[in-house]
Amino acid sequence: MNALLGVDVPPISHVTIWGNGPLGINKTIVIYGFATVMTILVFWLGTRRKDALVPAGLFQNTAESGVAFVRNQIIMQTMGSDGLGYLPYLTALFFFIFFSNITEILPSVQFPANARFAMPMTLALATWVIFNVVGIAKQGVGSYFKNSLIPPGVPFFLLPLVVPIEFISTFLVRPFSLMVRLFANMLAGHLILVTFATLCAALFAKSVTIVILPFSFALLVAMTGFEILVAFLQAFIFAILTAVYIGGAMHPEH
Amino acid sequence: MALLHLLLAQVTSDPTKGLTAIGRGIVYGGAAIGPGIGIGLVVGNAITAMARQPESAGTVRTTMFLGIAFTEALALFGFVLAFIISG
Repeated sequence: MNALLGVDVPPISHVTIWGNGPLGINKTIVIYGFATVMTILVFWLGTRRKDALVPAGLFQNTAESGVAFVRNQIIMQTMGSDGLGYLPYLTALFFFIFFSNITEILPSVQFPANARFAMPMTLALATWVIFNVVGIAKQGVGSYFKNSLIPPGVPFFLLPLVVPIEFISTFLVRPFSLMVRLFANMLAGHLILVTFATLCAALFAKSVTIVILPFSFALLVAMTGFEILVAFLQAFIFAILTAVYIGGAMHPEH
Repeated sequence: MALLHLLLAQVTSDPTKGLTAIGRGIVYGGAAIGPGIGIGLVVGNAITAMARQPESAGTVRTTMFLGIAFTEALALFGFVLAFIISG
């Protein structure tokens, strides 16, 4: 029940192991449910009065500035106007990752769901499937693999060396690094917050060490502020890398 | 003398445990050197570009984050590898 409500605070040895609730529901699942509901809610409530010219209210402002941000900062910078069809997917991706990251600093939850690599892996595989399918659909099977495996301007003798490297970096390392980037960033931030919080508690226990407590606490507060930035930045980077990969599959280098 | 005795007792009790911790530290520390330099180069050159041409700051910032993301991945591989290592 505590895990369902997201209120139990695990000891530091439980950082990588999490107990299950009924039906395997744990804190991670609950946070992902929260992120899904929030993503749907923002755009559902935000678009109810879309005929009005002046946006009003928290949800409509969030939805409209979010869409404008994804359009101007992510799609137009990487894919150009051809990629505007991917605006719904990238916006949903950005908001979902952001909402499941921001629970890291939410009081009494304080756990980023993306610190477990199941969902980052699923999202990275979705990106992998999308950019491969887009590349094959836009360029055809033969020329897609030719364009992505053979960089332009490589001498013929270097091809046995270059083609395996390009294959590994394009088809294997891309989804893996996409997953690891999101998951390891959130796990590292979470571990830093846990470390400083337990350090504060340990320093508070003894009257001598309480002198050092303000420094540790100040750093804890500063790192919490920094983690807001990281939560936003990781969602942004995941969405922009997805856009870059899809854009690269759409427009091959010549 | 008592401290030395204590240390010796700890060393002889389970040497692999301490070596695993040292290995983890070396793995993550080594993996962080290159990306640290790399991110410094990326951000430094991006700031130079923004200062020289403030009207292109938006494009440069997006490209800077991309460069950081690609460089940072290596450090994060090391971070994950440090967790994978078990003694």
